[in-house]
Amino acid sequence: MSPVVRTRRDGTTRSARYRALQPVPLAWLVLVWLALWGEVTPLLLAGGVLVAVLVSLAFPLPPIDLGSRVRPVALLVLIGLFLVDVVRASVQVARVVLARRHVTNAVVAVDLETSSDFITTLVASMLSLVPGSVVVEARRSTHTLYLHVLDVADEAGAEEFRRTALALEQRVLRALPPRPAPPSTPSTTQEPT
Amino acid sequence: MSRTGWTTVADVLAAGCILLGALLALVAAIGVLRMPDLLSRMHAATKPQVLGTVLVMTGVALRLRDPSVVGLLILVVLLQMATSVVSSHMVGRASFRAGQVRHDLLVVDELSDEPVRDEPRGAP
Repeated sequence: MSPVVRTRRDGTTRSARYRALQPVPLAWLVLVWLALWGEVTPLLLAGGVLVAVLVSLAFPLPPIDLGSRVRPVALLVLIGLFLVDVVRASVQVARVVLARRHVTNAVVAVDLETSSDFITTLVASMLSLVPGSVVVEARRSTHTLYLHVLDVADEAGAEEFRRTALALEQRVLRALPPRPAPPSTPSTTQEPT
Repeated sequence: MSRTGWTTVADVLAAGCILLGALLALVAAIGVLRMPDLLSRMHAATKPQVLGTVLVMTGVALRLRDPSVVGLLILVVLLQMATSVVSSHMVGRASFRAGQVRHDLLVVDELSDEPVRDEPRGAP
């Protein structure tokens, strides 16, 4: 996230402060606290809220603007296919490891369609867990991911992997379609240079 | 089926899950030893290992059958998925920037082939 800049009265600028207490991270921290204790009692709940508030104040983080709506069915499809992919990835790596086969690899650039940092991060994370790929470099200005792909025989294989990666992005975009920007605020998306 | 029957089924499933998970962790370890270069090793270190953790945690949940630990196990799996991705990316990126790449193993390399731009790699 690029820092939001506020202008002082004398014309100089400072980076904007953000609210340290945000409802969703607070709820998540309380949930983690309860999961660590393994039970729910009023005392633990109160303690969890206290710890969550202290943690949020001690380590403030900028809010993440999803900029997306959520489609539940498409999200379930995305998660289901993702879990299948995780299993396939492990089987693929296990086969390569156990077969003692000589493999060639590739580094493939994938230009994502999205202009959202959040979607880019999500796609990059998911691509790291699905068959074949580890993200070696990401360029935020153009939303390009550079992926190291295991077991690619030739250029056609690299091209095929690029299609797989873009298909994953399409699934993510179907599950979390971008919200149309409100007309009053200027669009902050950067044009690819 | 009687209650003891169900617990037996759960125990057998748990044993299977834990065994399979441990095997995948072993495969990951062998992979880290056997793979020719760092980037390939990152594949071995992330993928079978994450699925192995998921399976072991599923097995533990099936064996313990205690709702209070399920939250903890789900947390373990989520954190494992989130952190292994970040660590493999950071190690891979560092190796690429440091030039520790076996170019003879790459059939396509679109990162090194890219013309140098004004903007440094990874610039925000």
